[in-house]
Amino acid sequence: MDSLIHLMHGFGTALDPMNLAFAAIGVLLGTAVGVLPGIGPALTVALLLPITFKLDPGGSLIMFAGIYYGGMYGGSTTAILLNTPGESASVVTALEGNQMARRGRGGPALATAAIGSFVAALIATAGLAFFAPILVKVAVKFGPWDYFGLMLIAFVTVSATFGSSPLRGLTSLGIGLWLGLIGIDQLSGQTRLSFGVPNLLDGIEVTTLAVGLFALGEALFVASRHLFNDEKPMAIKGSIWMSREDWKRSWKPWLRGTLVGFPIGALPAGGAEIPTFLSYTMERKLSTKPEEFGQGAIEGVAGPEAANNASAAGTLVPLLTLGLPTSATAAVMLAGFQQYNLQPGPLLFVQHPALVWGLVASLFIANVMLLVLNLPLVGLWVRLLKIPLPWLYAGILVFACMGTIAANPSVVELMMLVGFGFLGFLMRRYDYPIAPVVVGLILGPLADSQLRRALQMSLGDPMILLQHPGSASMIAIATLALIAPFLFKGLARFRQDED
Amino acid sequence: MSTSLASRLHRPTLTIGLALIGLALITWRDASNMNIRANYGMGADAASYFIAVFLAALGIGHLLAALRWASEPGESDWKAVIWVSLGLVSLIAALWFQLGFVPGSTLLFAFTARAFGRRALVVDLVLGFVLATGIFLLFNKLLTLALPMGPFEHLF
Repeated sequence: MDSLIHLMHGFGTALDPMNLAFAAIGVLLGTAVGVLPGIGPALTVALLLPITFKLDPGGSLIMFAGIYYGGMYGGSTTAILLNTPGESASVVTALEGNQMARRGRGGPALATAAIGSFVAALIATAGLAFFAPILVKVAVKFGPWDYFGLMLIAFVTVSATFGSSPLRGLTSLGIGLWLGLIGIDQLSGQTRLSFGVPNLLDGIEVTTLAVGLFALGEALFVASRHLFNDEKPMAIKGSIWMSREDWKRSWKPWLRGTLVGFPIGALPAGGAEIPTFLSYTMERKLSTKPEEFGQGAIEGVAGPEAANNASAAGTLVPLLTLGLPTSATAAVMLAGFQQYNLQPGPLLFVQHPALVWGLVASLFIANVMLLVLNLPLVGLWVRLLKIPLPWLYAGILVFACMGTIAANPSVVELMMLVGFGFLGFLMRRYDYPIAPVVVGLILGPLADSQLRRALQMSLGDPMILLQHPGSASMIAIATLALIAPFLFKGLARFRQDED
Repeated sequence: MSTSLASRLHRPTLTIGLALIGLALITWRDASNMNIRANYGMGADAASYFIAVFLAALGIGHLLAALRWASEPGESDWKAVIWVSLGLVSLIAALWFQLGFVPGSTLLFAFTARAFGRRALVVDLVLGFVLATGIFLLFNKLLTLALPMGPFEHLF
C-alpha cells in the first residue's frame, strides 16, 4: 500500500506541466535518435545526456525516462522497416517484423510492436513500483559483503552472457575493470595508473567511454565494412491498424513476453537478448500456424517486443534499488544519475522519495505518450530512416564529440574519446562484446570499495565474506555461473567426440 | 613440411594476449610503487594486483587460444577508417590550436561523409558548417554549455 501512496505523489510530480513537457521532449528525442540505424537505446541515452546537463535533476531524470522508452521504441521501428537492428535485443524483432514489412504488413507489425511494448512496459513498470520497495527493505539490511557478492554475480553474468565466448566476455570485463582502477582511490587517496596525466586523476568518465565505444566504434566499424550501401526502408503500405485477427493473435504473446522479460531483466541475468529469444522460441512452439514463422508471423513480433520492453523495465529494479546496472543502457542511466551526485540504491528511496517516484510515474506517462504520439507519427520516423547514411554517421560523430567536450571541455578528454572509439572498433572487428567494459568501469571501483569496507569491519579477515549466508550464497552463484560455460563447452565437445 | 610455431599461431589472438600481459605488467608495477598503506585489510594496491593477475590470466588464455584455429575477421576498407580518423584528428587539432568547435566539426563531418562513400566534398563541408554552427548556437546560447570557442565562434 505504501508504494501506492508514493506512486500517487509521484504522479503529482510527473503531471506538473513542465515535467510533462520534459517527458514529451524525451519521448520524441528518444524515438528520433533511436530510430536512426545502428543506434541502440544505450547510445541514445548517452548521446542525449549532455542536453540534460543544465536541467534540474527531477526534470532531467523524467526526460531520461522518455528517452529510454523512446529509444527502445525507435529501435524496433528500425528493425521492422530496415532490417538493421540497432541493438542485439531487436534482432529477433527484425526476423519476423521485416518479413511482415516485405509482405506489405509493415503497419500491423509496427502496431503490434508499439502496443505490445506499451502493454509490457505498463505491466513491468507496475512490477517495478511493487517490487522496488520490497527489495529496498531487504537491501537496507545488506552489508558491504552482500554488495560485493551481488557485484560478483553481475560481473559474471554480464561477461558470460554477452559475446561469443567466455574468454572474450571476461577480457572485455577485464578491460573495464582496468579502466576503473585509473584515478584517485576514494578510500585512501592513493593515485592509481594516472601516468602523471592530471585529467586521469578523476578517473574515466562513463559517458566518454560509452560514447567512444558505441558511437565512434560503431561508425568506424560500419565504414570499414561498407555496411552502409544496401538497405532501403520498406514503405508502409495499406493500413497501419491491426485487424481483428491480428489482435487475437497478438494479445497472448504480449502477456507471455512480459512474463518472460520482466523477471530476467530484474534478476542480474544480463541483457535483453535472452528473453527476446526465449519469447520467440516459445511463440513458435505455441503457434497454431508454425509454418508462418520466418515468413512474417505476427506472434514473432508481438512476443519478443513485449519481452524486450518488459526486461528493459525490469533492469530498472536492480538499478534503482541496488545501484546495480545489468545492461549497457542501465550503465549509462547510472552515469546520468551520477552527474547529479545521486547514487541509486536503497538510500535514494529514503532520501529522495519524490524524485524516485516521480521517475517511476514518468515511466508510465512516457509509455502512454509513446503510444499516442508515435503511431500517428510513424511517417515522420520513416522519413528519418531515409537520411543518407554518410550524412547520418557524420552527424552522429559530430554530435558525439560535441557531447563529450561540452561535458568536459578539454582536448585530453576528446583524445580519450577517440582512443575508446578505436578500442570499440577493434573489439567489434575481433568480436569482443562491448557492454562488459562499461559495466566493469562502473562496478569495478564499487566492488573494490565494498570489499575493503567489509574487510575493515572484520579487521582484515577475508572469511567474513563466507560467514554471512547472503554473501556466501551469492559468491557461490557467481562461481557457478563462471565455471558453468566452460563445463558445458567441455561437455559439448565430449558429446561431439562420442558421435 | 615443417611450419614454424609462430606461423601456426593465430596472429591477432597472439597479439591481444601479449597486449593483455603487457597491461598486467604495467598495472603490477604501478601497484608496487604505491606508498599509502591501509590500517586493516586491503589497501588501494590490492585491487591493482588482483586485476593485474586477472589480465595476465586472460592473456595466457589468449596465448592458448591462439594455438587453435580462430575465425578471421572479414575484410576491412582501411581507406574509410583513415578518412574517419582524419576527421577525428582534425577536430582534436582544431581544439588543440584553439580554432574552435565549428571549424573542427565541419572537417569531421565532411571527412566522415567521405569515408562513407560521398564524393561531393564542398557540399559536405557547407552542410557540416551549417550543422556545427547550429549545434554551437543551440548549446552555447540556449543551453549555456561551454563549447570551445575560436575566432569564428567569438563573432556571436
